[in-house]
Amino acid sequence: MKDGAPDQAAAIAGAPAPPGDGGGHRADPELVLGTHSHGNVDTRIADIVLDQRTHPLAWFAVFALAFIFLNGMMLTITYLLYRGVGIWGINQPAGWGFDIINFVWWIGIGHAGTLISAILLLMRQQWRTSINRFAEAMTLFAVACAGLYPLLHTGRPWVAYWLFPYPNVMGVWPQFRSPLIWDVFAVSTYMTVSALFWFVGLVPDLATLRDRARNRWAKILFAIGALGWRGSGRHWARYEAAYLMLAGLSTPLVLSVHSIVSLDFAVSVLPGWHTTIFPPYFVAGAIYAGFAMVLTLAIPVRAWYGLRDFITDKHLDWMAKIMLATGLIVVYGYVMEMFFGWYSGNRYEAHLLRNRFTGPYAPLFWALLVCNGLVPQVLWSPRWRASSAVLFAVSLVVSVGMWLERFIIIPVSLHRDFLPSSWGMYVPTVWDWGMFLGTLGLFFFLMFLFIRLLPMISMFEMRELVYRVRGRRTAESEANP
Amino acid sequence: MSDTPAHRTPGSGPAYDLAAMRARVAADDATGYWRGLEEVADTAEFRAWVEDEFPDRASLLSLDRRRFLKFMGASLALAGLSGCRFLPQRRAVPFVDAVEDQVPGLPVIYATSVTLSGIATGVLARTHEGRPTKLEGNPLHPASLGGTDAQTQAALLDLYDPDRSRTALRHGEIASWEDFLRELRTALSVQRARRGAGLRILSGAITSPTMATLMGRVHASFPEARWYQWEAVNRDSVLDATVQAFGRPLNPVHRLSSATVLLALDADVLSAGPGHVRHARDFMAGRRLGSGRADMNRLYAVESIPSNTGATADHRLPVRHSEVHAVAVALAREIGLPLAASSVTGLSEARRRWVSACARDLLANRGRAVIIAGDRQPPAVHVLAAALNEVLGAVGKTVYYTEPIYADWQRSMASIRALGQEMAGGHVDALLLMGANPVYDAPADAGFAEGLRRVRFTAHLGQRRDETAALCTWHVPEAHELESWGDARAYDGTVSLLQPLIEPLFGGKSALEVTSVIAGRPSEGYEALRAGWRARSAGVASLDAFRRAIHDGVVEGSELPPVAATVRQDALRRALQVPDATGGLEVNFAPDPSLYDGRFANNGWLQELPKAITRLTWDNAAFIAPATAGRLGIADGDELRISSQGRTLLAPARLQPGHPAEALTLHLGGGREMAGSVGSGVGFSVGALRTTDQPWSVAGAEVGKTGASHRFANTEHHHPITGGRLDGQQGRDIVRVVGLSALADATGSGAHKADEQGFYDGTDHHYDGYAWGMSIDLTLCTGCNACVIACQAENNIPVVGKEQVARGREMHWLRIDRYYEGDVDDPAVHHQPVLCMHCEQAPCEPVCPVAATVHSHEGLNQMVYNRCVGTRYCSNNCPYKVRRFNFLNYANHEEPPLLQLLRNPNVTVRGRGVMEKCTFCVQRISAARIAAEKDDRRLRDGDVVTACQAACPPRAIVFGDISDGRSAVSVAKSDPRDYSLLEELNTRPRLTYLAKVVNPNPEMPTAQQRKEVRR
Repeated sequence: MKDGAPDQAAAIAGAPAPPGDGGGHRADPELVLGTHSHGNVDTRIADIVLDQRTHPLAWFAVFALAFIFLNGMMLTITYLLYRGVGIWGINQPAGWGFDIINFVWWIGIGHAGTLISAILLLMRQQWRTSINRFAEAMTLFAVACAGLYPLLHTGRPWVAYWLFPYPNVMGVWPQFRSPLIWDVFAVSTYMTVSALFWFVGLVPDLATLRDRARNRWAKILFAIGALGWRGSGRHWARYEAAYLMLAGLSTPLVLSVHSIVSLDFAVSVLPGWHTTIFPPYFVAGAIYAGFAMVLTLAIPVRAWYGLRDFITDKHLDWMAKIMLATGLIVVYGYVMEMFFGWYSGNRYEAHLLRNRFTGPYAPLFWALLVCNGLVPQVLWSPRWRASSAVLFAVSLVVSVGMWLERFIIIPVSLHRDFLPSSWGMYVPTVWDWGMFLGTLGLFFFLMFLFIRLLPMISMFEMRELVYRVRGRRTAESEANP
Repeated sequence: MSDTPAHRTPGSGPAYDLAAMRARVAADDATGYWRGLEEVADTAEFRAWVEDEFPDRASLLSLDRRRFLKFMGASLALAGLSGCRFLPQRRAVPFVDAVEDQVPGLPVIYATSVTLSGIATGVLARTHEGRPTKLEGNPLHPASLGGTDAQTQAALLDLYDPDRSRTALRHGEIASWEDFLRELRTALSVQRARRGAGLRILSGAITSPTMATLMGRVHASFPEARWYQWEAVNRDSVLDATVQAFGRPLNPVHRLSSATVLLALDADVLSAGPGHVRHARDFMAGRRLGSGRADMNRLYAVESIPSNTGATADHRLPVRHSEVHAVAVALAREIGLPLAASSVTGLSEARRRWVSACARDLLANRGRAVIIAGDRQPPAVHVLAAALNEVLGAVGKTVYYTEPIYADWQRSMASIRALGQEMAGGHVDALLLMGANPVYDAPADAGFAEGLRRVRFTAHLGQRRDETAALCTWHVPEAHELESWGDARAYDGTVSLLQPLIEPLFGGKSALEVTSVIAGRPSEGYEALRAGWRARSAGVASLDAFRRAIHDGVVEGSELPPVAATVRQDALRRALQVPDATGGLEVNFAPDPSLYDGRFANNGWLQELPKAITRLTWDNAAFIAPATAGRLGIADGDELRISSQGRTLLAPARLQPGHPAEALTLHLGGGREMAGSVGSGVGFSVGALRTTDQPWSVAGAEVGKTGASHRFANTEHHHPITGGRLDGQQGRDIVRVVGLSALADATGSGAHKADEQGFYDGTDHHYDGYAWGMSIDLTLCTGCNACVIACQAENNIPVVGKEQVARGREMHWLRIDRYYEGDVDDPAVHHQPVLCMHCEQAPCEPVCPVAATVHSHEGLNQMVYNRCVGTRYCSNNCPYKVRRFNFLNYANHEEPPLLQLLRNPNVTVRGRGVMEKCTFCVQRISAARIAAEKDDRRLRDGDVVTACQAACPPRAIVFGDISDGRSAVSVAKSDPRDYSLLEELNTRPRLTYLAKVVNPNPEMPTAQQRKEVRR
């Protein structure tokens, strides 16, 4: 634990004292490249926010595209509220389609952020430092995208608040046996804690921005966000305690949220859903998808903003390793599903497998195995892990694969269940795609706004890292790389 | 404000031009709303009143200060009450004198009848505050005995069809009934001078005794006029056959309750044709097992189109339409009909074996066997059937003959041809059409539409401005049967009475009323009916007897007596001559299982009803055997160009397992151009290929693909054909089928109970009152669909349209699942009605996040619409997939007010985004419970009858209290055949099934050998 004896000079300069067991601990030198000093770190990161000239054309291109998609989503939602969920491709028997596929997909993506910021913090993994802010923002925006679906997928979204337990004149509670209620708690808790964690982590950096901003409005707004942060020893002590506690709170969420989401399926009687392996398999899948998304975002952004010194190849390498590991867990899940489908002797389970292998959606299933099972195996090779291009491609493939996994789980299980008389097909409509692409638009819209308006890498933690890597003398020097 | 001067409210007295007002209302089809007479009258005053923002300004100005302030105070107070919504302003006027026998909220039930092609089925109509909301079978009526069919149930929707004509039209221009009468009288007076030589009347088939009396009067006034009767789906063959066989037209009536062996020769005895509801009741009663009965009757079906009768049959022989005759001749020889021995038939050896086994069975059941020939078969087959029935001793036992039930029974095809020729020849000056639509449904060679243009005065009486109406000078709206007085005969001649349940919605006139005008004695329907009965002085001449008949819906003992008749030898000799087989593809025409001849095309319930066997909705198709389609390279949905004798028709192909090879089946009833907003443009019309000579089958057709493709909307999507075999059930234990002998060997061998042992004691719910349960005997279900429409009518189930059905969003709470089993060319077909199972451990209940679906203390699985937020998880988790979701605003709360009259007031109309499903007719349970509690007693078995149960002709559905061990449903559930669907899921449904028992003839080829039989 932090013992609360910060270096006065550093505190005044807005730099934290190294947490943990004192300054003697040295971090992996590959985590920060170049010869950065504290001031230099601040400049490099804060200038992205404060100096609006730094933004490359790519930022505008992605942002514009995202904005168009976002407007598509607004149109979709308007039409959805006007006509009803019938504009989507859902039907009998497939009561859920893109709505829940995308809900689960987005929630899963969020998990990497929480894992990075909470679990890696508790485990004192210093490589989290340069990517945690970024990943947390991703979590937040992914959960925002996810949260739209359960709300809008209901037949009567104007009464969706009935899912919350509140005293009401109807005199009824929600039904606590339903996993959908657990979902409400899980996701809303997750959203709250993630937002809190992210914001608390931002406070010292907002203070730095406040101090560095020259624009009067920026100064005022950053000042409001900084909550009067002065960098005193007491501030730092309380901050560290709060941050650690929040990390402790977040840690179980990494495991619980997606476990509960998986129970939406596992609790049912439907073959393909009624599976005990779902909770761990969903959590692994979530982290898998989440790291894929972090890589998808980090690789281009670090190139555009010249942040290779902070988000180094070492970071990418480790994230790739986590992807490989969780990917293998996911594949183990697939193998177990198949094994038990066969071993159980249950004809419905057996049929489900046959339907996955050879049914009308079989190409998607095989694509899933290729995306999630086969392609990520290239990550065994250190040489390929070192290639940003390969990692970027693999992470895109994994994102697609994880989306396909949810497609296989949800409509493919639903479309042919117990009574062949009720079998049908699920075909998404243009409005399904409008909603899906729209949430992608929303996500990138928010993400790119974030990149421009807030420090995407935690400045104070980077300062600490530089201190650990280079030692005090270098860190406090004014030398430029 | 009574003392405020000067201002006259609209409606307080302008003289209205009523005719013009009616016309305006009728012309305003789009909305149909009008706020009051003032608006319709469209007076200048009213317009000024609407446009003036403060219409009562004058009265305000005349107020003194004190009064003004008083009003202002009141206005302010009332402003708060009015809220911020503008509700339609309507006036409600309470009854000053209560209507006799009417308690608001309680339904009143009247007996009446619904006819199809003139033949009546008795119904009991339930009315709520004067609007009919449901039809049930009339237990006193011989054609019903309480059961109904889908078309009868759906007659209600026709009554409220917003597309019904609202005014008389002259050349498409709005006119009045009086204008019509004037012109009609002019035309008639011209004809009277010519003894009616230029007058022709065309109506549907007529069985009404009163109509017959009026027809006599018309003939007396216009001796040279001709009255033709035309039905696209007709019984010409029966007429021809009885004339040939007996020398005079006779009506065969089948009494199937005593039949132990029935052979249907291309006859869908159990779900189509006159008396089929009664046939299903009688015949299926002979298949009811349990309570000590261990034997059942046997059904053989030789058929050219897969039908419900074939699906129910123990042995089915699919043959082409033209081959039925040869089968009948072979049968005649096997049974040993005189003269038959020398006949040569071109039957394959395997079919001969089938026929001889069937013949031995028929012979072994002399006196209890019966052969029924289908109306689509040529007269020769009917003659053979009649002769064989004589040999089998059936006449007088399972079949008897009566005088015709029709008034002047005519050959429809000959009539329409003759009329067409007369019109073409210019012999017709005035043509009155009543309830007929020959421009649409007459065969092409009748030349009806062309002829109609040459007739000077044409008038059409019909419910809608249809294809025929559009070509006529006059179109007069016809009153619906539920709006008019009348009578008609049932299939056995029983006179059934029609009484109006509601004032004609659009002032329509019944055929009886129009005919009374032609007969020179214009009278209201009631007078015409009463006068007719007085004049005939038979049956119900006295007012008391008449009243009683109206009350019962039938004239007791009015069925026609059997007459003795023997088949003439010369007729038989001719019938034994099988015409030379014609090669090439055969095209069959058949009435549509739902739409009949197209008259129901604008009925959304029937359009959306999955048709028997094919499960197709909103379409007709060219049904073709998969093997033949394979030979011709035709895939499902390919648009075909079918040509025969220089005529051509385009139709999409539909592969139909069990269809005879080298033949196509086309259903009538599609391709309506002016059916209305629902039925226009649905499917294709067969009129182009059908001829008056060959109304049911043409040979030597040629088929080619146009390259276009058609998308069908069917409710069962899956056709698992693997290696030429069908396994609809995917090896699952869904419909249990067991042979009668196997059942006798080891009771219940077909229905094994799952191991009852488990971790849980099953006392998850505690019941101390009634426990509602249902049992459906799959042996008895013929798949006739009556229950589906009955449920739709009772429970305000919306129609969603073809596009939504194609997406898999049909809303039927009760569906009939159909499974094929076995060889693709001749599969067994199993029907299984599936509705909410009301599980004890319902998978839907725990997953609902807002507790919108809950278990009642009587074991019902209840859906609380108001609470539902629409997550659809319950539906996903329902293994039976019986839940239905309002994906869009299907119930359409802004629908025409007319359709709102149709609603059952005791059932919530569900809004968008809400889940719904079968409630076991909880409103009926409540009504019965209230009645019982008033009598301070427990509900008795049979007090609660669900809508599906009431409609079911063979009474396959039993409902009641399973906590009462002696209730019918408890007895049914104690049968060893009782099983739960998907028992292994341990949902413990309240609805269980009795396994389907078939009674195959041990001498018959087994399923493995059936393949040869087809050749």
